[in-house]
Amino acid sequence: MKILVAVKRVVDYAVKVRVKPDRTGVETANVKMSMNPFCEIAVEEALRLREAGAAAEVVAATIGPAQSADTLRTALAMGADRAVHVLHDPDPARPLLPLVVAKILRAVALQEKPGLVILGKQAIDDDCNQTGQMLAGLLQWPQGTFASKVLLDKEKQKATVEREVDGGIETICLKLPAVITTDLRLNQPRYATLPNIMKAKSKVIKKVTPEDLNVDIRSDMEVTEVNEQPKRKAGVILSSVDELLDKLKNEARVL
Amino acid sequence: MPHTQHEFANRTVNSCRGFHWIPSLQHSPCGPRTNVETHEGKYSANKASEVQKRSFGSAATQIQRNPAYSELTSDDVSYFKSILGDNGVVQDEDRIAVANVDWMGKYRGASQLLLLPKSTVEVSKILSYCNTRRLAVVPQGGNTGLVGGSVPVYDEVIVSLAGMDKIISFDNINGILTCEAGCVLENLSTFVENEGFIMPLDLGAKGSCHIGGNISTNAGGLRFIRYGSLHGNVLGLEAVLADGTILDMLTTLRKDNTGYDLKHLFIGSEGSLGVVTKIAVLTPAKLPSTNVAFLSCNDYTSCQKLLLAARRNLGEILSAFEFMDNHCIDLAMRHLEGVQNPLPASQTKFYILIETTGSDESYDKTKLEGFLLRSMEDGLVADGVIAQDISQASNFWRIREGISEASVKVGAVYKYDLSIPVEKLYDIVEEMRCRLGDNAEVLGYGHLGDGNLHLNILSSKYDDNRLAQIEPFVYEWTSAQRGSISAEHGLGLMKAEKIHYSKSPEAVQLMASIKKLLDPNSILNPYKVLPQSVL
Repeated sequence: MKILVAVKRVVDYAVKVRVKPDRTGVETANVKMSMNPFCEIAVEEALRLREAGAAAEVVAATIGPAQSADTLRTALAMGADRAVHVLHDPDPARPLLPLVVAKILRAVALQEKPGLVILGKQAIDDDCNQTGQMLAGLLQWPQGTFASKVLLDKEKQKATVEREVDGGIETICLKLPAVITTDLRLNQPRYATLPNIMKAKSKVIKKVTPEDLNVDIRSDMEVTEVNEQPKRKAGVILSSVDELLDKLKNEARVL
Repeated sequence: MPHTQHEFANRTVNSCRGFHWIPSLQHSPCGPRTNVETHEGKYSANKASEVQKRSFGSAATQIQRNPAYSELTSDDVSYFKSILGDNGVVQDEDRIAVANVDWMGKYRGASQLLLLPKSTVEVSKILSYCNTRRLAVVPQGGNTGLVGGSVPVYDEVIVSLAGMDKIISFDNINGILTCEAGCVLENLSTFVENEGFIMPLDLGAKGSCHIGGNISTNAGGLRFIRYGSLHGNVLGLEAVLADGTILDMLTTLRKDNTGYDLKHLFIGSEGSLGVVTKIAVLTPAKLPSTNVAFLSCNDYTSCQKLLLAARRNLGEILSAFEFMDNHCIDLAMRHLEGVQNPLPASQTKFYILIETTGSDESYDKTKLEGFLLRSMEDGLVADGVIAQDISQASNFWRIREGISEASVKVGAVYKYDLSIPVEKLYDIVEEMRCRLGDNAEVLGYGHLGDGNLHLNILSSKYDDNRLAQIEPFVYEWTSAQRGSISAEHGLGLMKAEKIHYSKSPEAVQLMASIKKLLDPNSILNPYKVLPQSVL
């Protein structure tokens, strides 16, 4: 069985993000970019499933400009077998949104025919938390999102997924092929070791374009402005209940 | 807290205070002496210092409070209040108790007064007064020093620079920062990083240490291999001498060959020649691409060869080359929170952390990967990992920077900071393991790129017998290698009588003359840095 893992290149989690002075987007020039942390967890889970014998091959895929190949190389250095790079140059005014991403991944999945697609639950740049769900819908496959535990039964072609939901942990059973999105507690991703980095150099990265996949990437949404959050105003210490009532009535207007 | 039974805030300060950690200078049996004597033929300098050592051994056992210093009176306190205001004069027991103890909990003084000047003029008035009154003074920054140089020995008045924490100006074309001495290093780092620059030094204590203290101790740190010493990066400083004279040498010029370059006297003299109040420091440009690798090596020879190879192949992008042994990794995993072992399967004894910093991310990464893969093929590296994002890089650094912190959690730490020729660097670690056996845990780690070993000997509590097994053997061994008994930590109180292991008597005499010239009443940080016998 093949596992397809989708990964995204984002501004590194530890970087303090700044808005560009022209307010068209976030500063990305000269800023450290890395694999989305949830995608790292997805790659790790796929590798563990392969190591447990539940899968034969792990294929990493990404959509992005030439530099996104770095993210694929990280996945390969972690242990993925090969990669697919869907080339697309980003336009800050019309970023690739989850629906388009899902359409592209669907095309890739129909070509690769995996038994499982694993994605991070959301990207830390847009926090959409939609791609996995939309992909499952487009493919008409079952989905297990916010996975904190995955057990694969190769014989029965089923996946048991424990999901982190507001009320606790929900356990569901999915028939393969299925889509799973990873949550933080699923695993601790491994480091890229030198032997694996060496092996990764000879692994194949297939380059395709959205046109090759027959996907229309036109977006219905346009980003008009990006602003920093307003600075938090300092609190005010009041001296009496009367003052509090006055403020609640006349300033905050909640009474 | 280790050995609290040994120190107590003794208010009747005329009594002779016994600090059991000041080595009693009774030399341990023949072994170490013979070791040194075999080298005597080669190094005549050591012969002279041998003579000095023997006289120390018989005369001094403990440092007594110098009766020439006056005792603090209420008139003194009133005067200080008049120049500093009530907020600048601290007599509160709890606050003073904290300022009386060093970071490791190894040295405790009995000061009754903590002063917080807010300006150079206030520092000048304090020192002028203390000089006239013959009150001894301890300048104090972040109090993170590791040789007892930042806390009083007896009842010296603590002059803390914590109230002088302003950034004065920043030249963001040339990267020149001018600030007061009480600025915390991490705050300065954040500030200059925001402007696209970095501080030329970085150390584990960055969250607490003051730049004034860094300069007074000529701190080295993790970036030394790339940016060099503070002697090169400090462009100017302002200091106050013992008699209150304000010495304004606060220039921001890169080149100035007019006369003797006096600022170098204050860099590394540990507050014994003057109190540094303002500095101008050159900050390097912040380069966007950083890569960190964590490697395991089978033996120490491989570590050395790897260093040479790194210098040659990584060249201009190499920004850190640190080593640690497997004991350090185990300790870090046991005592530090939230750290992950990057090479859990590794059975090797040595680990290296390499950092590169450059302007082109993909070029640097390719260079580093290529270098490491070749090193692995050549057998220099057994295994290794390269950080793929900032969190992973931070994890590697946390392990290296946290060794000191983890050591303190075990109980008692005997810390030695030695400069030794690189090929012999690890030999002392193995020797100490032999000497101490099961009695203590011996860790070796440090800035291999600078030839600087941090030798930590851990035990459950401080103990004279343990100390006798360690000192003076460590010093004598280092001296025999013509190494330095204090690479970057300074002499402070801990090694105040030990300078002869690394400096000639003529040099020490000249230092004493300079001290007497600048501080004739010896009020600045007494009992430290230089031996009592030369002062």
